[in-house]
Amino acid sequence: MTRKFQTSGAPHMPPQARVATVMLQVLLALLPGVLAYSWFFGPGILIQIILATAFALLFEAIMLRLRGRPLKPFINDYSAVVTAVLFALCIPPLAPWWISCIAMLFAIGFAKHLYGGLGQNVFNPAMVAYVVVLISFPQAMTAWLPPLALAEHGLGLADSLVIIFTGEVPLAGGWDAVTQATPLDTIKTGVESGLLMSDIRHSPIFGIFGGLGWEWIACCFMSGGFFLLYRRVISWQVPLAVIGSVILLSLPFWLIDPDSNPFPLQHIFSGAIMLAAFFIATDPVSGCVSNRGRLIFGAGVGIITLVIRRWGGYPDGVAFAVLLMNMAAPLIDRYTRPRMYGE
Amino acid sequence: MTSARRIEQAVDAGKHIHRFHGGLRLRHNKRISCQLAVERPPLPELLVVPLFQHAGDIAKPLVRVGDQVLKGQQIGQSQPCAAVHAPVSGIVEFIEDRPMSHPSGQAGPCVVIRADGREQWVALKPISDWRTASADSLITQLQECGLAGLGGAVFPTHAKARDGRERNIHTLILNGVECEPYISCDEMLMREQPGKIILGARILRRVLGAGRVVIAIEDQMGAVKEALTRAAERTDCENISVIKVPKVYPEGGERQLIQVLTGLEVPAGGRPSDLGMVCQNVATAAAVADAVVEGKPLIERYITVTGNGISQPRNFQALLGTSFSHLVEACGGYQDDVARLVVGGPMMGYPVATDETPVVKRSNCVLALTTQDIAEPQPEMPCIRCGECARVCPATLLPQQLHLQIRNGLWEPAEEYGLTACIECGCCDHVCPSHIPLVEWFRYGKSEQRRRALENEASDKARKRFEDREARLLKIKQERAEKMTRRKKMLKDKAFQQDRIRASIDRAKNKNNTDQNTSEADSIVGNPDDA
Repeated sequence: MTRKFQTSGAPHMPPQARVATVMLQVLLALLPGVLAYSWFFGPGILIQIILATAFALLFEAIMLRLRGRPLKPFINDYSAVVTAVLFALCIPPLAPWWISCIAMLFAIGFAKHLYGGLGQNVFNPAMVAYVVVLISFPQAMTAWLPPLALAEHGLGLADSLVIIFTGEVPLAGGWDAVTQATPLDTIKTGVESGLLMSDIRHSPIFGIFGGLGWEWIACCFMSGGFFLLYRRVISWQVPLAVIGSVILLSLPFWLIDPDSNPFPLQHIFSGAIMLAAFFIATDPVSGCVSNRGRLIFGAGVGIITLVIRRWGGYPDGVAFAVLLMNMAAPLIDRYTRPRMYGE
Repeated sequence: MTSARRIEQAVDAGKHIHRFHGGLRLRHNKRISCQLAVERPPLPELLVVPLFQHAGDIAKPLVRVGDQVLKGQQIGQSQPCAAVHAPVSGIVEFIEDRPMSHPSGQAGPCVVIRADGREQWVALKPISDWRTASADSLITQLQECGLAGLGGAVFPTHAKARDGRERNIHTLILNGVECEPYISCDEMLMREQPGKIILGARILRRVLGAGRVVIAIEDQMGAVKEALTRAAERTDCENISVIKVPKVYPEGGERQLIQVLTGLEVPAGGRPSDLGMVCQNVATAAAVADAVVEGKPLIERYITVTGNGISQPRNFQALLGTSFSHLVEACGGYQDDVARLVVGGPMMGYPVATDETPVVKRSNCVLALTTQDIAEPQPEMPCIRCGECARVCPATLLPQQLHLQIRNGLWEPAEEYGLTACIECGCCDHVCPSHIPLVEWFRYGKSEQRRRALENEASDKARKRFEDREARLLKIKQERAEKMTRRKKMLKDKAFQQDRIRASIDRAKNKNNTDQNTSEADSIVGNPDDA
């Protein structure tokens, strides 16, 4: 008795991974950092994450519809959620709600879908969004909070919601009472006004090696990054190159002139370096493909960030560094193709 | 360090020292088919022997419908390829196109033999003493017995041996690394017939003029090393060693195996013989022993029938031409949820549309997979360039980039990204989170490249023909023009004209003179009337 069978190409084994699994692991790895963030700075970040995610999914759905693509495998691949969460982690926790809306329109609508959707974007969507709102709305984007330990008024969930959705601060003293410069701002303005680094660092907003609170958030991001390394979601080249280049480049400055240059650990544990090293510069779509290319890419991100911090107009330059290196990625790829077997 | 020295090092260490890039550690699922001893299935009534079994051309049939054939009688011939033989004695019932168990899934010419059950052998022509026989006679024997690489590539063994003989081969590597999951026929063969493998290895070593034999096996093949070593010791032969290598797919690929044993890479576009080595499958070595010592042509092979879709998975020593359905029946039939039938392993095997497909020289495994095994097909997503494919690629390619070039029809960049270096192992496919059928793209790319190469060749020829013709016509035209100008020039040239006139006058005068002379002569001779 003969029997007929359906045929299909090899391999005849169920695939090991899905895009959604990759993205979910990234989200899982971000969780400790997010929790630490809300522990040190209040529930504002959680509201921002929810807001950004909602807008990101909305624009993803709209753009998929406009492009005539099916919703199903794309809306639940979590890539838009990753973009949203990374963006939310970059903005001040009490930024008004429409910041997220505009940012996600640019991230999902422009940076992602106008370039061809998932996997086709040249630039990191979260960083495009961040840079758009940073340049367009500098005031809203610099209203940072002090750590709860230093705050006069601890802002609860209700207060945070009111501030984010109305822009009104329901406390005496208004905005000035709730905001404070970030450690990187403090260093930048301090150095520019001729203060010594040792004096600047006497400010209570600094912690043991970075900014108070920030340093532990960075540690959490780092541990999440190690989880991704262990799960092989990211490769070690990019984080090592980012952190390594920041240390190597800031070390001589600090050794020569410790009074006007922060020490290397201060650099790594403040601002977005740690987040960028493990979560942003490791974005495979807009990064390099070969291992050597990734080393160059990461080093570029580290170096440009430091250059902007030291000489540029912004206290932190990670977003610009990532976007500039995104531009260079295809060229780097071209010249770092690995040697093939037998070649 | 030479490759010979590197092999010595590996032999001295007794294990592999190097590794290859990437690869996968897969669940091997081999135990299920190793529970029963290898047996021959009951003799099938009808055997379908495809005439296209080797790398090379389709063999020409040497028999006609209605012919009586004997077991082992040659029924197909293809120079310079290997011969095809009747696996049983019986009557040729048809010669027609049938599914021939080829990766392409195409039908091809097959000789269908109805077995008469007498199992009457043709007169065999063994070589009396292979130790003294000439290498050429041994090579001819391999060709006449239809030997081809039984690991799956079915490259004619005599051709490989001849090529190896012409080059300086120091080591014969016997490949016993069955790195694909499920397949266990080589392991069973090594367990059950180690002596035959060692004998075949010695014959091949003599043919190649190699000094050393290295048999590579997987480190989890328990009793195999002992069996082979004991068989080798019994022959008192030196320089036959067994090396265990770790089980990483696709280590059984000869390029990967050579890298693991020596740390060297076979040059791109080259062969292992460039490094002084020749690889043969262990089953090929056993078949060589049969062919040379007993004169038996290649008409049966070990084959694994396994998978969750089979009631009692096991290994058979099956006649070529036996249908898969016959083997499955001998295994107690299918399980209810069988969904796909694959020849070979789950990574590189090819699916067949019907179990009427026959066993051929390349079939090492019939794998029946259930709905659960293959899972439902996932939708293909865009590449997110995660780089997993590059991490597992044993050829150190960038599959994600290569795939993009092929998709966009950029053939030259595809070549730069190493399309020809791809061994189609399927590792990239297996790990791709976007479920892109990468290997299918690469196969398409390769066939497209072949087509383009043929087209280029044809158009080059046509252009050459056209240009030659043009040149020829031009030459004729020029010659004609030259002749004309010469003529015109001659006509125009006055001196020449006068010369010509003078010449013609002279000629005319001469003629007149001669005329007169003749008339004078005539008159001298006299006119009889005048007399």
